[in-house]
Amino acid sequence: MSDMTPAAYRVTANEPETADTRTLTMEPLSGERLSYQAGQFTMLYAFGGGEVPISISGDPTPGQPLVQTVRALGAGTQSICRLESGEQIGVRGPFGRGWPDLSELEGDLLLIAGGLGLAPLRPALYEALRRPANRGRVTLLYGGREPEQLLFREELDRWRASREIDCELIVDIAGANWHGSVGVVPSLIERTAIDPATTSALVCGPEVMMRYAADALLARGLAASRIHASLERNMRCAVGHCGHCQWGASFICRDGPVLEWSVIGPRLGVREL
Amino acid sequence: MREIQQLLEEIEVLRGLEPAQAKLISGCGRNVVLEDGEPLMRAGDTATSFFALRRGTVAIELLPSVGPPLVIETLHAGDVVGWSWLFEPYLTQFDVRARGSVGAIEFDGACLRGKCEADHSLGYELMRRFSELISSRLQATRMRLLDVYGSPPAGTR
Amino acid sequence: MAAHTLEREDFGQLLTALAEEGYEVIGPREGAGAIELGPIERTEQLPIGLTDQQDGGHYRLERRADGALFGFSTGPQSWKRFLHPAKLTVWRSRRDESGGLEFESEAEQAPARAFLGVRSCDLHAIAALDDALLNIEHPDDGYRARRENSLIIALNCSVAGGTCFCVSTDSGPRARSGYDLALTEVIGEGRHYFVIEAASEPGERILEQLSSRPAQEDECGAAERVSEATAAAMGRSLETDGLAELLQRNLQHPRFDEVSERCLSCGNCTLVCPTCFCTEVEDVVDLAGATAEHRRRWDSCFTLDFTHVHGGNVRHSVASRYRQWMTHKLSTWTEQFDNSSGCVGCGRCITWCPVAIDITEEAAAIRASDGATA
Repeated sequence: MSDMTPAAYRVTANEPETADTRTLTMEPLSGERLSYQAGQFTMLYAFGGGEVPISISGDPTPGQPLVQTVRALGAGTQSICRLESGEQIGVRGPFGRGWPDLSELEGDLLLIAGGLGLAPLRPALYEALRRPANRGRVTLLYGGREPEQLLFREELDRWRASREIDCELIVDIAGANWHGSVGVVPSLIERTAIDPATTSALVCGPEVMMRYAADALLARGLAASRIHASLERNMRCAVGHCGHCQWGASFICRDGPVLEWSVIGPRLGVREL
Repeated sequence: MREIQQLLEEIEVLRGLEPAQAKLISGCGRNVVLEDGEPLMRAGDTATSFFALRRGTVAIELLPSVGPPLVIETLHAGDVVGWSWLFEPYLTQFDVRARGSVGAIEFDGACLRGKCEADHSLGYELMRRFSELISSRLQATRMRLLDVYGSPPAGTR
Repeated sequence: MAAHTLEREDFGQLLTALAEEGYEVIGPREGAGAIELGPIERTEQLPIGLTDQQDGGHYRLERRADGALFGFSTGPQSWKRFLHPAKLTVWRSRRDESGGLEFESEAEQAPARAFLGVRSCDLHAIAALDDALLNIEHPDDGYRARRENSLIIALNCSVAGGTCFCVSTDSGPRARSGYDLALTEVIGEGRHYFVIEAASEPGERILEQLSSRPAQEDECGAAERVSEATAAAMGRSLETDGLAELLQRNLQHPRFDEVSERCLSCGNCTLVCPTCFCTEVEDVVDLAGATAEHRRRWDSCFTLDFTHVHGGNVRHSVASRYRQWMTHKLSTWTEQFDNSSGCVGCGRCITWCPVAIDITEEAAAIRASDGATA
């Protein structure tokens, strides 16, 4: 498959996650299933709806079906979210620099997600769960607006029930039947035991939330190079040709979307970069 | 008294006080244990005390005119809940309820206010610490006001 | 490869040889008020005896006293329009009645072309586009094909444009590499000839078919002096020492707000700039809803929604968009593409800006108040 022209895939499942978000499972019409790294994305194309960059949210083990979680925000994503099982979709990719290679990374892993940001982090979580237990702890801190807007609820419950990871959820506001925390993600970070010298943090969510989270991590003594965040910019081609996704010297589609906070932090101080 | 004084180190906003000031403050405190669902304070009541949480979680709730209670915030071990005792008319703004068993130090507001009046340097120290606490709660509240997970307010698009 | 001399009256042989080798020759022609690039079959189609007057926001064609074939500087167009076309179809998709999808790459259009009269600045611009579109992880195959099918005939400028500063950017006026043939037009002492050199095998093949003869020392000397005179007559200059770092530490400089009060964000600069490569894509569906074309066209970082994300545009103000363009050309390009420069000193952006914003003036102003915050 060329990286310039989409390949036709069939949607085999389209499951609702929240009121405006769905998870699609897709299979190629011909050829091998997609091989990709956690944190990469593809360009998805519903006929006539234009291409949109969507993170891969499934298990990156080779040979798995392609799973991507899409929030219906504009014409392109709405067309994709309306595809039914059996309908076809164009897929181009995978693209981008994903999360650091977790099979190599030593020490504790702290995954911090906000809203839809759990989708690009879930592949990393699957990989983290496959590390030998003595490599370090895995902690997921996940925040959203309200409980109904959290993704992957059943899996979250399974993860929380399991001993494999520490999983803390927090929402901005909730009804009294929510038994989890109410507040902001940085307050979860403040309450989590962290060894700053050996912890790597993977962060993904709305940019404002990532800033607050990174500030909280830096305040706990984590080096900026140990904080990895997935950024989002206007990606039109995904291959570094169209120039739209540039942020400083970085092409987000090519040098990102995952960047280290040592690169991100100084640039955030520049308005409208 | 000394026992409470040692426990102050567990509380973020009361940590690192000079021993003399810590002793003064602990004179107004007592250990309490609350059961699941037990209220620490209720909206509309006179704010007689505040609580320094040692163990467990509390939920700050608002009961709107229509519908079930909303949870505004949850607080945990090390946090302090309640500052309406600092300002007239000393009126509690929200319901605060224990989730599961909660161990806390309950401080008598009038007792503390009296000691602050008598000893202004103690008063300044407490005001300074509580200002910081309120400021960081305000910051967190502003973060939620932004509704970062949703769409930006229509007027800003 | 040794230099040859081709007399003016034999210039037509070059066009003939190129046509016989199967090239469509693209060269300068007089258009409506400006020198444009288009097909050249006969020598008479070149802008003979024309020159240009250029300054900030100013371009006029004028008659020369002599019959020089290339007695002018660069016009608004550059060679990117042929290597990186303004519009093309990337792929097509078809949907059948049962919803099945088919995708087909569009065949690359890469006709054999000879680019006649490529200035040194534009040679450097082509090299810059090579860095941006070829020497990357996902090379642009169409660009590569068009590049491979283009024969480049450089022209060493005898006229320095009023906005030129290739000397400052070390990109001219004499072509050093990146061409198949290079010409220098020499007029003087009753003579009119071209010193011509081949720098590649395809160039040699063309040269062999001309009735040129090895150039004499005085002719080569005259050609060198043409370039020296041009170098001495630059209309602008740009201090490039530490420029990339200077701009990186002055991203909040008030000069960007000042220039934004004049800048119309019209994007003319990006249209005429020979290294600007940004594009936009769009889907066009036919009326029956059965086929869609995924088309690509030139775009400009000056457009308001260039940086559109959910929630708005990252670069909302004109100041931020001007800053993006300027710092990309003079600063971040160097980091992205291995120390090459995005600016080749052609001066087109200065000439074709409706309000005469001058990138060299902006850079100098920031340098003069390095670190200013208000």
